[in-house]
Amino acid sequence: MIHVEGLTKRYGQSLAIDNISFHINKGEVVGLLGPNGAGKTTTMKILTCFISATAGKASINGHDTFDEPLQVREQIGYLPESCPLYHDMDVSQYLSFAAEIRGIAPDKRGRAVSRVISDCDLSKVTHKMIGHLSKGYRQRVGLAQALIHDPKVLILDEPTSGLDPNQIRDILDLIKNLGQEKTVIHSTHILSEVEATSDRVLIINNGHIVAQGTPRELMARSSGTTVFLTVKGQDAQAQLAAAEFVKKAEKIGDGKDGFVRLALQAVEQRDVALDVFQMAVTKGWQLTELKAETASLEDVFAKLTRG
Amino acid sequence: MNNCLCIFKKELRSYFSSPVGFVFIIFFILVSNAFFFFVQDFFRQGQVTMRGYFAVLPWIFLFFVPAITMRLWAEEKKMGTIELLLTMPLKETEVVFGKFLASFAFLAITLLFSLTVPITMFYLGTPDVGVILGSYVGSLFLGSAYLAIGLYISSLSENQVVAFIISLAVIFVLLLVGIAPLYLNAIGSFASVCEYVSLLSHFNNITRGVIDSRDVIYYVSVIVLFLYLNVKTIEARKWK
Repeated sequence: MIHVEGLTKRYGQSLAIDNISFHINKGEVVGLLGPNGAGKTTTMKILTCFISATAGKASINGHDTFDEPLQVREQIGYLPESCPLYHDMDVSQYLSFAAEIRGIAPDKRGRAVSRVISDCDLSKVTHKMIGHLSKGYRQRVGLAQALIHDPKVLILDEPTSGLDPNQIRDILDLIKNLGQEKTVIHSTHILSEVEATSDRVLIINNGHIVAQGTPRELMARSSGTTVFLTVKGQDAQAQLAAAEFVKKAEKIGDGKDGFVRLALQAVEQRDVALDVFQMAVTKGWQLTELKAETASLEDVFAKLTRG
Repeated sequence: MNNCLCIFKKELRSYFSSPVGFVFIIFFILVSNAFFFFVQDFFRQGQVTMRGYFAVLPWIFLFFVPAITMRLWAEEKKMGTIELLLTMPLKETEVVFGKFLASFAFLAITLLFSLTVPITMFYLGTPDVGVILGSYVGSLFLGSAYLAIGLYISSLSENQVVAFIISLAVIFVLLLVGIAPLYLNAIGSFASVCEYVSLLSHFNNITRGVIDSRDVIYYVSVIVLFLYLNVKTIEARKWK
């Protein structure tokens, strides 16, 4: 559905994105993840044909963003960052304007407008001026205009920024629902949002894609499970380090009465706490702490974008 | 064409969605009538002619028209709505032309309210219909040229006030070049070039009651040139 090949954008001297390539299949929900200034917005602006790439190609549903911008724009619904809207229009006026400009036939416009009003839960504010709406409602109006022509592809730039936790959950639920029949790209720097909604994650840093995969795959890619234990026993550290399920055993502190605190890196995605416990039982060690921690997407993200 | 119409309707509606549009019209009518009836003292002239009215019109337009065009692009850029607008399936030409047409319609509506003046003339005597009609056509040409310039300058800034002041300055210069050579005693080709470039001299020709194709071509060229520059400026965003 979306093909991006070697996309590069240079603003004067600075390189916003550098040779990015990715493919997004039909019906996928993809989270574009990265710190501020990583190139997420630039990528989206190129996909929506608002700006042109310095080099490389991008196409949506077979239409090139450079050669056929109008066809590309017909396919997509776009919610720009910070959700710009005309403050001097009321919600229904604005949505009919969006419907008209999207080329929806006059007799179908009313139905399209009422569909997005109910989908985005805007019925309470239909006749209010957009300038008088709260941030949460404005965001929903922005989403409503992106959905008015029932596009195949949705491009949402930080759809949850500036919203309260309840509103964030509403928007995420909406994205998840939309993802059942549409291809969605949304950007964020909040990781739990990607975990909750996306089939796949692209992590961008400094204009490069540093990782991609399902949230699970990405988590697995990091150091895996770490088990913390405080143990007392003959050569416990050495024996644990030699065990087949342990990659590395590190002493991280001394306890009282000959106890040592160890951090074990497990070999793979497997709950090794049980193995450790079994081993302690058979060897007759004493355990006062046993805790397994799986790396979160946060850890992966920090590792990839700080490194 | 439909897209153009859609932009046109949106922009025209936005002139009247707040009191600003009405305030503009009232301001224009008050100032132009005050000049004509009181400053120029129409009632003591003893002549039913609108020549005085159209003589000050280019100078009233100088302040009025940049105020009409200043927000058309600057506001879109400041609010960021330009990003939504230009990611709709529209051509840049359609957006520029739609905005231009909307500002033209607003100007035409304003001029409609000034028809009280010719009606007064007909009540008082028998003025020359051709001259008045021609002068109105000339005013629309002159105003449209101002609009195209103002719209273009609005696309260069995201600050309405800056757009207003620069438009006013540019139009002011284009008016002055028509007069300055006369005072500087310039002669020959320099003076005639100045006169040709000026927005004012062509307007003066038309208000004499003769609509010459040369003057029409001049105004149409100015309008097309600035609308073209406008489209190019909007397209250039892609390469920044």
